[in-house]
Amino acid sequence: MSRAETLTTLKQKLGAKILNYFEKSPKRIYLEVRPEDVTEATRILFQELQARFQIATGVDTPQAIEILYHWALDRHGCVVSVRTKLPREKPEMDSLAALCPAIEWIERELWELLGVHFRNHPDLRHLLLNEDWPEGQYPLRRDFVKGKPSHG
Amino acid sequence: MAKRTIIPIGPYHALQEEPEFFRLHVEGEKVVHLDIEIGYNHRGIEKLSESKHYDQTVFLVERICGICSTSHPIACVQAIEDAGDVEVPERALYIRSLIGELERLHSHLLWLGLAGHFLGFNTVWMWSWRFREDLLNILELITGNRNHYGIMKAGGVRRDVRPEDIPSVLKIVRGLQKPLHLFRDTVMDDPLIQARTRGIGTLTREQIIRYGALGPTARASGVDIDVRRDHPHAAYGLVDWKVIVAQNGDVFDKVVVRILEMLESIKIAEQCLEKLKTVPGPVDSNPKEIKPGEGIGHYEAPRGEVFHYIRSDGSNRPARHKVRAPSFMNLPTDREAVLGYTVSDATIILAAVDPCYCCTERLAAFNVADGRKRWTSADLIRLSREKTERLKKELGLPGPQLPLEALG
Repeated sequence: MSRAETLTTLKQKLGAKILNYFEKSPKRIYLEVRPEDVTEATRILFQELQARFQIATGVDTPQAIEILYHWALDRHGCVVSVRTKLPREKPEMDSLAALCPAIEWIERELWELLGVHFRNHPDLRHLLLNEDWPEGQYPLRRDFVKGKPSHG
Repeated sequence: MAKRTIIPIGPYHALQEEPEFFRLHVEGEKVVHLDIEIGYNHRGIEKLSESKHYDQTVFLVERICGICSTSHPIACVQAIEDAGDVEVPERALYIRSLIGELERLHSHLLWLGLAGHFLGFNTVWMWSWRFREDLLNILELITGNRNHYGIMKAGGVRRDVRPEDIPSVLKIVRGLQKPLHLFRDTVMDDPLIQARTRGIGTLTREQIIRYGALGPTARASGVDIDVRRDHPHAAYGLVDWKVIVAQNGDVFDKVVVRILEMLESIKIAEQCLEKLKTVPGPVDSNPKEIKPGEGIGHYEAPRGEVFHYIRSDGSNRPARHKVRAPSFMNLPTDREAVLGYTVSDATIILAAVDPCYCCTERLAAFNVADGRKRWTSADLIRLSREKTERLKKELGLPGPQLPLEALG
């Protein structure tokens, strides 16, 4: 499959699930889906299009907690970033670790640094921070103050 | 049921670049489970980066790792350039690739030396580090530093390569071919090295893809990926070279991939140096501001792809900066790579993904049942070497002889 065919397949399979689609350059594609559709996007990218999971970036913004899943299409020289926005009050979504084991560690990191809860994660414990890190304090939240719990 | 013993390896050692903590669960000699704990070196660099302006950020990420000290800056400046649509002059692209390849060479030689050391072949260790020294000298000549070169910046590079330096640098780079051929022949032909590394710590193609493993770890298992070729950047699309791939996924193939890759690095470095004789400057487009947006930069570090994501809000510092080093993806594969092998092989298997894991001194083993038996790092290296000695006797072989007279 060529680059154009691969991207067309991706767009067709996700269909109306794509909230917006943006090609910043031929090498960088960004698309947004709802949190509940990330699993489907992951399945298509990883299993059908053989994309390589690079990493996920979590960003705390005033409106929402954004997670970007970066997928490399190595044969076509481009990176597809799947964006999803979670409500700041209760950031929660399904874990993708069972679908793609490469995602297991970064979900642990997103949980401890940004406070995103991943449902059905096989091993949701601290990755970078110590075990005795106080509960409810997420250092990558904008309102993080050392020693105070983060609020939504 | 066999008695299960836990061998903790790590977390700290002065030689270790990144502290990690492995718990090897063994039954007798056999490894049955591995726990990996990281985070001992978590410095909050992503958060810290939000308080630095774009020029400082590059210096900050340069300090993430002492060995890949130019891989992070290359990925980082590319992310900034991607976010801000910054052009880079052609001459700067050649300098970026040149520094990147010199770094790959010294990093792979470092690893080769350590692998030799773990297996009990200290001649390989001493000699590969001796040739690494030449590379550090060239890097010092070009950038002013043996490590942490401080040469990358958004829009280009900070220093030009002086024309009068090119002939001497070329001579040293070309001079490395001979010793590399020697290492290649020694490793490929020596039956004892083969006995210690062939069929050991094997990772299949499917395991690599599941874990998203990268770099030589992936290429040794037949996964043909290399960011330098797949996502052309710097000067990699402008020079002639090839990606080295092997099929077996064991420690032997990882050694072979790294050695052959070094010969390709020499080819790239040579071509970049030749181009630098003619391609004119400038070496910096000197961007004044980074417009709002987001950008991704990735670069093939010696251990695999380094990934940087930058979000700009139009100010002079990143609103978010995500960094992912290759070991983040490569380390989890250890869980499967060591299963079923013996403790004497675990050292080389854990070292095979090259996590800069040279820490065996801080390693101690406790018998869980009575808490008394204690193995030190020296014991683990001893175990590994005893296996080599035992094989030497069984096979009636002398071990690798480096025909150093061939170097002239």
